[in-house]
Order: sequence, then structure tokens, then C-alpha cells
Amino acid sequence: MLLNIDKVQKSYPGGRPVLRDVSLTLDHGQTLALTGESGSGKSTLLNLAAALDSFDGGEITLDGTALSPLDDRGRAALRRQSVSLVFQQFNLIPSLTVGQNLSFHARLANREDTGWSAQLAERLGLADLLTRYPENLSGGQQQRVAIGRAMAVRPKLLLADEPTGNLDETASANVLDLMLSLVAETGAALLLVTHSQDIAARLDRQAHLAGGHIV
Amino acid sequence: MNARVWLVVLILLQPIASWAQGYAGLGGSADGFDVPKRDYQFEFPRDHGPHPTYRIEWWYLTANLTGEDGRDYGIQWTLFRSALKPSEADGWQSPQLWMGHAAVTTPETHYFAERLSRGGIGQAGVAADPFEAWIDEWYMRGPDLNTVSLSASGAEFAYDLDLTAQGPLVFHGDAGYSVKSADGQASYYYSQPFFEVEGVLNLPDGDVAVTGHGWLDREWSSQPLASDQTGWDWFSLSFDDGDKLMAFRLRGGRGDFTAATWISPDGTTTPLPNGSASFTPLNTTRVAGRDVPTEWHVTLPDRGLDVEVSAMTPDAWMATQFEYWEGPVTVKGSHTGRGYLEMTGY
Amino acid sequence: MTFAIVQALLSHWRRHRLQLATLLIGIALATGLWSAVQAINAEARASYQRASDQLALGLYDTLRDPSGTIAVDRYVALRRAGWQVSAVLEGPVRIAGRTVQVMGVDMVTYPALPAMTQTEQSDAPPDPSDMLTAPGRLLATPELAEHLKSQTELPPIVVSDAVPPDLILTDIGVAETLLNRPRQISRLVILPDQPRGVPALSEIAPDLQRVEASAQLDTQRLTDSFHLNLTAFGLLSFAVGLFIVNGTVGLAFAQRRAMIRTLRALGVSMRRLVWMITAELTLLALIGGALGLVLGFFLAGALLPDVAATLRGLYGAPVDGQISLQPEWALAGLGMALGGTFLASGHALFRLSRMPILTGAGVQSWRSSTSGQRFSFLIGTALITGGFAIGYTVEGLVAGFAMVGGILTGAALVLPYFLTLALSVFQRRARGPVAQWVWADMQAQLPGLSLALMALLLALAANIGVGTMVSSFRLTFVGWLDQRLTSELYVTARDDQQGKEIAQWLGPQVDAILPIRNVELTHETGPLFLYGVVDHETYRDHWPLIASSDSAWDRVLTDQAVLINEQLARRADLWPGDMLTLNAEHTLTIAGVYSDYGNPTGQAIVSMQQLDLIAPGAETRQFGIRVSPERATELAQALRDRFDLSRQAVVQQAAVKAQSLAIFDNTFVVTSALNVLTLGVAGFAILTSLLTLWTQRLPQIAPVWALGLTRAQLARLELLRSVLLAALTAVLALPLGLVLAWALLAVINVQAFGWRLPMFLFPVDWAYLFVLTLLAAAVAAALPALRVLRLPPADLLRVFANER
Repeated sequence: MLLNIDKVQKSYPGGRPVLRDVSLTLDHGQTLALTGESGSGKSTLLNLAAALDSFDGGEITLDGTALSPLDDRGRAALRRQSVSLVFQQFNLIPSLTVGQNLSFHARLANREDTGWSAQLAERLGLADLLTRYPENLSGGQQQRVAIGRAMAVRPKLLLADEPTGNLDETASANVLDLMLSLVAETGAALLLVTHSQDIAARLDRQAHLAGGHIV
Repeated sequence: MNARVWLVVLILLQPIASWAQGYAGLGGSADGFDVPKRDYQFEFPRDHGPHPTYRIEWWYLTANLTGEDGRDYGIQWTLFRSALKPSEADGWQSPQLWMGHAAVTTPETHYFAERLSRGGIGQAGVAADPFEAWIDEWYMRGPDLNTVSLSASGAEFAYDLDLTAQGPLVFHGDAGYSVKSADGQASYYYSQPFFEVEGVLNLPDGDVAVTGHGWLDREWSSQPLASDQTGWDWFSLSFDDGDKLMAFRLRGGRGDFTAATWISPDGTTTPLPNGSASFTPLNTTRVAGRDVPTEWHVTLPDRGLDVEVSAMTPDAWMATQFEYWEGPVTVKGSHTGRGYLEMTGY
Repeated sequence: MTFAIVQALLSHWRRHRLQLATLLIGIALATGLWSAVQAINAEARASYQRASDQLALGLYDTLRDPSGTIAVDRYVALRRAGWQVSAVLEGPVRIAGRTVQVMGVDMVTYPALPAMTQTEQSDAPPDPSDMLTAPGRLLATPELAEHLKSQTELPPIVVSDAVPPDLILTDIGVAETLLNRPRQISRLVILPDQPRGVPALSEIAPDLQRVEASAQLDTQRLTDSFHLNLTAFGLLSFAVGLFIVNGTVGLAFAQRRAMIRTLRALGVSMRRLVWMITAELTLLALIGGALGLVLGFFLAGALLPDVAATLRGLYGAPVDGQISLQPEWALAGLGMALGGTFLASGHALFRLSRMPILTGAGVQSWRSSTSGQRFSFLIGTALITGGFAIGYTVEGLVAGFAMVGGILTGAALVLPYFLTLALSVFQRRARGPVAQWVWADMQAQLPGLSLALMALLLALAANIGVGTMVSSFRLTFVGWLDQRLTSELYVTARDDQQGKEIAQWLGPQVDAILPIRNVELTHETGPLFLYGVVDHETYRDHWPLIASSDSAWDRVLTDQAVLINEQLARRADLWPGDMLTLNAEHTLTIAGVYSDYGNPTGQAIVSMQQLDLIAPGAETRQFGIRVSPERATELAQALRDRFDLSRQAVVQQAAVKAQSLAIFDNTFVVTSALNVLTLGVAGFAILTSLLTLWTQRLPQIAPVWALGLTRAQLARLELLRSVLLAALTAVLALPLGLVLAWALLAVINVQAFGWRLPMFLFPVDWAYLFVLTLLAAAVAAALPALRVLRLPPADLLRVFANER
């Protein structure tokens, strides 16, 4: 089992519970869409799975590593090595060029594969944009760079939170297609948070989050 | 001059200001200074020199002159000595202070100058024999007091005059003991009123040769005024018939105190006691912000004197540190002549 | 409506209290440092003016005897020739371990002395006859009176506020006893009204020298350069403070763009908004300015005693150690605060007024615009070039400061360009992704930080420059003291007679007796002190000549030539081979120029025979005694015992050196204090800039954090970034500081003091300053770094979600 979420609880500061006893599993190569209303806690769950934040109860195991005993440093190492992330916005490091952004995560994880990176840039239509800075790219282009950067690590698990949420329909479809095909190609597992049923329908499984539970 | 308030007080407060304005502190005690006594035996030339153990002393010369141009002139040359302590010392340590006043009065204008000096360093002083009184470049110098040359200068005037005495010294009051108030304050006081004068006045318009008559007063004391006395009017008159008159009035809260000396051409004196003479202002002139009597009715019934005395130049104001009026006068009435008038305390 | 707008505008400050505090502190610091310097200058100038007024100095021409003092008989002779002159005897006297100036005037003839008049008009005026007769009275300030109280042998003291500090005013009769100079007069004041027909002074007193009132040595003129120095420092501090204001106002405006856009959309005219923001800035400037005045007042109060000590020590200028609040000063300070605030916010205000109504409120492009940088580089280069051009072509102290100002401003403007250049090189060389990001990120942050870094550059350069100048000066000065103070003992006799006796007694016991005699002459450049020397190896071997012709000493000692000090040489542009006119009869060839520090006036040296020819009356009271060093102490005591001399009258070499060095060190206490303050302000500027950049920081670090860096790592990188930028700036500040030091030593000093100093380098000091800079940068970045460390992940995550 690649990702095992077991009875996880999480409250916002102030005590309002967001997640109560959420359990979920994801196997290698599987894709899972996590849907739910705004504020249902789907992004929170994804962030917990990505070792970005700590949780109050239960356990999450990622590729055999239990997350709850990890400190800041352990979680950072896990993010570096075991997951890739694509967010809705501000994925990129503004001070680095597209090229530098693309390879940043892979280099950080010591897994840079220049051939693969070049192939990714080509396939994502970024080859001509490598020396540009993120602020000079369109939203679709920025998200493609984010996907490229995520896939450059050849991750076992890709976590994506509304990756097309800020894009128009065409760009959105384009980005989603690219992401799904790359995931399929590399055998990565995908946990995708979305509010769109259309998008959710394109994935292997779906889970719906409401009232702090998976329903 | 300037607002040297401190210095004004310094030099004048004790002797002269009190003389004129009745400074209360001097009414009685003389703070270790000698005081004049009756029956003093004058000794000359010694007594022409300074008396440092007395608080105040002066050599006071005035002259009525006529120029080659036919105009009348008056001159004043005065050296005051004032002692802070009844002693003398060398250099800056001397407690003696000196002040010189000089003036030339023309029918239109009054020029004056003032000099100040410490004793002890030689800048000012008086030597009895041979006689010399000086402050800065001003001097009254003789072989003796019968023959003196006189010099003074200011920014606008200068004069050089030769004086020759034509008569004896004249002693006022009781043989030189001159009483100044009903309480008995007194000074030593003698004069040489018989100087014949000739010389040159140097005025802004040029030199004027002059001749005329001069009158020297010598006076020293330590406690000259009564506490209520506020000022005085002093007359020295030379009549055309050869007689001369010294008369003064000390104005006081308890009434005036007057005294006079009638001087015959041969120098014989007749002292006239308090009340003999009367002085009535007839007219005043606005000078330096004050009303100063410049026309007087003076009578001395004992001598049949009934005259009108008028200032030649009404604004003969001495705007020195201690201010007063001093200038030539003309006499008309029962007697005619010329003279000098000094008025303080206005 | 106005109220609603005001409320909307002010709500910004309520939400950003730290920003408000920063802005006010910035204004207050700028105003405070500037005002402190102004207050010190004003107080010192007021002191000179007061002293000069109180003593009626510079109103009258004076007569002096170049060869020494005037005898009282001489004074009387002039008086008796008709000249209206008045006598003054003055000199220093050491009482209870403190040197005070005694001014004795002939109270009877001296013209109006405001000090006396005021004293007389006081509540308890002294009795005039007490003033003039023994023991006399001494007029002194309350402070000095307190110091003199215990001295029972002194005449009674009359306390007066109308007397300058450190001066005893008294009658000349008292002064001659106090100074032990009976029947001597220092100078005669020529009164304005002279009688008719006085003989010309040239006939009756050809030996006395008439000095015009306007030509008299004026304390104010003498100390002008010192005050200009202080002013320059004050201006530098002010500029550094303005960097803070500029940064904060820029941020506040940027953050309020959205609100302003909303207000405009609601129908508020731009004109009205600009007007109201102007009013708001005015209010802030006034509050900050008022705080600055308070700060400046206390700062000036703290610094003034040292300044006063310096001015007294270096120039003998009387300065009160007490600061008093003057309305002009407060107004000027507020004016500077207002002017400075608008200068610093003008650009932001202008941009705001030009903002189209529909411009996005988003984060402005933060990548440095290369064209703007190039423009400021060009301006900066032009300023540096202009600065050097002025320095080389125009004479004068102001030109010197213009040069330094041009170079400093220019250097500040080219700084961002150089930093960008350096950072690109580092980025290209960086291997690891994190390193690459750090360099790239620093480059991105540069525009926001460049003003603060400019401030740091200026502060560092000033520190290095002034430090190098002071240290070079000190090193030179110590070496010069060693050369110049070769005699083991220095003896001052009471008068010529005692001088003769001392010389006679010492003759057989010592290696050499070197008389030190001088007279004061005047030269077109100011007073000129002429010294006579005897032939001795002490001079030949040790005298510090900086320029000389062949066999200079031989020619001087055979009466053919003269040596002059550097001050005179530079002021009058006289060098070996030129002629120096000492007076109407004496003109000599200049054989050499010697360095002469610590005295502002011109000096010349001739043989003793020449001195006697020029000024026969010169005193022979001072001697340098050559004796084996181990005998010096014993001999000094023997001299004191035998001739009843005070400790001050027989001084050993070491004591003179120590005293000279103490005065020297005192001179630069204020400079150092201002230096440290400027550096502190620069550090604060970095802090405010970092805080300003904070809001733009999250989108920069959130992705990096998400990709696997811990917050602790990020916090460390925050510190490192600040330290690295400061280090880069410091590296660039070093050459700038050295250029500044060179300018101070070779241009400013020559103009201000009349001497040029060799430059020495002090790498240890630089290292120390470098460490201090890094520390300051680390401290400045500590707060933002701590924030990163404590940042809740939720805040970082919010960056990525849309609900921001």
C-alpha cells in the first residue's frame, strides 16, 4: 500500500474539527479523485498526506513511513523524496527561471535526470520558455511547469490540489490531459483534489468528503 | 557716552552724586576719611596738591573769554579726585580715581569732553611743586599756581591758554572752612578768581585767539552734603567795577542753604551767611529732557546787589557720566558783568 | 465624507502598527541626529557670540607689542599723548587642576562691558569700591565659581551668568596679582573717539602693532571648519534616516493601492486623495519630527560636553557644556522633518497620483528593472566623476565637501548595479539548487533592499574613512610628538629674571638648555608666531621637516633663512625658496617647512639672533632641558624646590605627551559617536526594509518549503541572505571608505586645519567593522527570520489555495 490514511483527525486552530476519523488508501499506480464541498477538508487531507502539516489523531503511512512521529525535518525530507505536489497557484519559485523551476525538485531530491527533464519540457511545450521567469507565463503555462517539476522527480505519488482551478476550460483540459498521461506513463499514483465531477470521473476511483468523513 | 551704569555709580555715587543729590549714606560718618575742621592752617604750595585722605577734591577752572572775532566764549577745565579708600598705593592698586571734564562754550554751541583714570599709574594726578594737574594729555601746569598754562582737547575742540594771577588767593566761609548745610557739613574751599587769560581756542571752524578772565576753585571734603540736599546752584560773577561774587544755593527738603563771598578788587573777602542772598529762577530752558533755569534774579541786599543773570548759551549741558549744567552767564541790573553758573540736580 | 476618507486612510496604520512605528522612528532618527548636530553647532556659536558680546570683543582696534607685553608706563605715555586707549591683561592660570582664562580690564577706562553691566543690574550687585580695591572681586559663572570655591587664597567671587564659561573677569589690578604679571598689559583697546590733534601712532609707538577689529582672531572663524565637519556628519545621518522613511512610505502606499482604488471608484477625486495623504504625511512628519527633537535634544546634551572640551582644548574657544532649547532650532528641526519626509515620499506620492483607476492592486513587479538600474548607474558614475573633478579643480573646504558628497552619493547610486552584477556571477557559479535559489532570491529582493544597503554603504564608508583618517592622524601625531618633544624637561619661569637664574643654575648640570622664545606677529593669513632657536642637535636631528632645501638648518642658524610650519606654507602657498616677510624690515628666504599639528595658527623659526633683532623684548621664560632621562624626575623636583615653581612650571616630557594625546583623543570622541550612531541607523534601515518586504516574502518561500525545506532551514537562509548582502556591501564600502579617507586627509584636512597627513591602512579595524556589520545585518534579519521559524504551515499553505 502506497498511502494509507487511517482514522485521521484534524481540527483548525480554535478547535473546529475538519476531519474526523478519515480513512483512505491508495495503491501504487492508482488514481483517486477526492471531491467535496468548499471547506469540506479535502485540501486539508491532501496537505496532511503530503506531510505539509501535522494531524491530531490517527495515522498516515506513506510508502511504509508513518508520518505522525516525524518532526519538521523528517516531514521536509519526506516531501523532498517521496511526493510531488501541484497546487492551484503560486507553485513556482518566482526568482528562478522556468528551467530552474523544472529541475528544482529533482535536484533537491538528488534525482535529476537531464534527459527526462528535457523530454518533459518538450512534451509540456515548455522548451522555448526555459529562460523565462514565471511572472511572464500564462496561468496554463505556469501549471504545466508545475506538473513538469513534479514529474521530473519520477514520483511514486503525485498530490494535486485543484491544479486547473484557476484556468479556463481549454487550458484546463490541456493541463489535465498532460498530467493524466504522464501519471499513467510513469506509473505514479495520483491523489487529486477537485470539485469538478467531470474531472473526477476521469480517475480510477472517487472519494467524497463531507462532514469530516469519507462518504 | 554709553550705558556704563556700573561705572557711573562707581565713580560718582559716593562723593559727587551725594553732593548733588543728597545721598543718604554720607550724612554722618566718613568711613575713616578725614573731615574738614575749622581753623585749618592752609600751607602752600602743599595744599594745591591732592589730599588722598579726603573723599572728594577738585581743581575747577572756568573762564569768560572774548575772541579776536569779538564774540564771547567760555571754557571749563576740571579735575575731580575721588577716593575709594583714604589711602594711596602704587600702580593699579591705588584706590584713587580721577575724572576730567573740559568744555568750550560759544554763543551757539557747547562742546565738552570727559576723561577717567586710575590713580597710582601716573595717567592722572596733581603735583604741588612745581604745580601740575593732569589727566591724559590735559594739563594745568605752572611753575606755581600764579602762572599756569592750560590745555585740553576733545573730538571737536581743543584749547591752549596761559593764565596769570593778578591778585591773591581768596578763602571762602570761615578762612577757607565753608559750611554747606545747617547741620554743619563743610568743605575746605579757596579760589583764585584773578586770572588773566590769553590763548587760542581750536574749534571746528578754526583757531580763535582769545583773552579774558579766569576763576579757579579748589575744594576738598569727605562729607559735603546734608541728607536732604538734592542739588545746587553755584554762581561766580565778575562785575565790571572790579568786585566779584561767589554765591551758592544748596536746595534741600528742609529749605535752601545759601552762602556767598563778596570779593573786593584787592582780594579782601566778606563772607555772607546763610539767607543773605536770594536766588529766583525767572525762566527755564528745556535741556536734555529737563527744565533748567537759565535766567535768574539774584539779590544780595547787604551789598545792594539786584541783578538778572542770564545764560549765554542756554544748552550748556554737560552730558557726562554725571550730568549737570555749566556755562558762562551775563549779569545786568544793579551791577553788570560776566561769570559762570553751575547747576546740578535738575 | 472627509471623515470617512480619513477613517479609511488611518485604518491602514491601525492595522500596520509596526509600519507606523517604523515610519515615525525613521523620521525621528533623521531629525534627531541632524538636530543634535545643529543644536551643538548653534550652542557653540551662541557661546562664542555670547562671550564676544559679553566681553565686547572684536569691536575695537587693538595695539599689541609683537615682542611681548606692554608696560604700564607705556600705556600712560600713550594716554598722556592723548590716545584714548584702555588696558587689558589676560592669560591662563591654573587653579585647582583646571586652566581658566583670566581677563583683567581697567574697569575705569574700559568701554562698555555687557558682562559688567548685567552684573551690576543683578539683584545683588557687587560694591564698586570692592571691585577696584584689594583684594578685589572675581566675576565667574556659577559653575566655575563652584569649582573655585575651595580656593581660599583667591579674592571673593561674584557669581554672574553674564560671564563666558571658564573665564574670570576682573579688574586689571586683581589680574596682575592673579597672573603674577605686575605692571604688564597684554593689549590696549583703542577707543572709538579720539581727541583732536593726537600724534600718529607710527611716530610715538612705532614698535606697537595696530590690529584692526576685523582682523582679530575670531573664534568663530577659527572653529568654522570644525563645525562644518559636524554639519556634514549630521547631514549624512539625516540622509541615512531618510532611507528608512522612503522604504516605509513606499510600502504603505503600495499596500493602500487597493483601498485607494476602491475610494476612487466610490467617487473620491484623486486630487482630494493626494491632498489628504499630503496632510497625513505632514502630520506624521510633525509627530516624528517632534520625537526627533526630543531625541536630538538629549543626544546633543550627551555629546556637547565632549564637543565643548574639544573646542576649548583645540582652539581655546569658550563653550558652555549645557544645551539650551532654542525655538529657531526646534523650528528648523521640524522643517527638516517635513522636508525630509516629503523628499522621501515624493516619488511614491507622485506615482500614486498617476495611478490609473483600474490598475491592479496586485504585487508589483519585483524583478529589478534593468533600465532603472542602468539609469542610476549612469547618474552615480556622473556624480563620482563630478566629485573628483570639483576636488581637483576648486579650492576650499566647501569644494572638498562637495567632492566627498558627490563621490558618496554617486557610489550609493551605483551600488545596486554592482550588487546585481555580483549576485548574477554567484548565481551562475552556484551548484546546488538551494544555493542557486538563494542567490536568485537575493537578486530579486535587491530593489526593495537597495535603499537600506545604500544607507549601509554610506555608514560603512564613513566609518572606514573617518576611522582611517583619525587613526592615521593619531599615528602621525604620536610620531610627530616623539620628534618634536625631545627635551626631557620643560621649564617655565615666572619672569626673565628668574629665567636667567634658572639657566645659570642648570648650566653645569645638564646637557643643554634650549630657550623657547616667541613673539606674535601678524601675517596676511592671520597671526604668526615667530620662534627663536639655538644651534643644537635636538633641532638638527629631530625637527620634523616635510620639505627643505639644502643645508636648511645651517642657513637658518646663520641668520640667512627661516623655517615655517605647514599651516602657513599651505595657507600662504609659501615653500622652500620663497620669501617670508616678518615685518617691514625683515624678509627671509624660506629654507624648509615642518609639520606642526594641534595648533591652528601659522609659525616660523629663525635663529635666536634674528629673533632678538626683530623683537628685542621677547621674553626668555621657557626652556627645554636636555638631560639623561633617568635624571629628569630628580632634576624636576630640585628645580621646583629651589625656585619655588609649581608642578605646571616644570613638566616632564612624558606628561606633555600624555596631555597632548588626551586633547587629541578628546577631539574625535564626537566623530566616533556619530559614526556609531550612523551605523546603527543603517542597521535599522535594513530591518525596516526587511519588514517591508515581509508581505512579499510568503509566495517566495512557500513553494520552496513545500518542496522539502524546513522552516528552520528557511529561517537560517533569511539570516544568511541579509548577512551576505551586508557583506557584499561592506566589501564595496572598503574602497569607497579609503577614497573618503584620502579625501579627508589630503583635501578636507588641508583646507580645515592646514596640514596634510600621510594615510595609513588599518586592516584589523576593517575586520572588526566587517564583523560588526555582519552582526548588525544578522540582528536586523533576526526578527523576520524568527517569523519564518514560527510560521504556522497553514499560513504557508494558504498561498497555494484560492481562498486567500
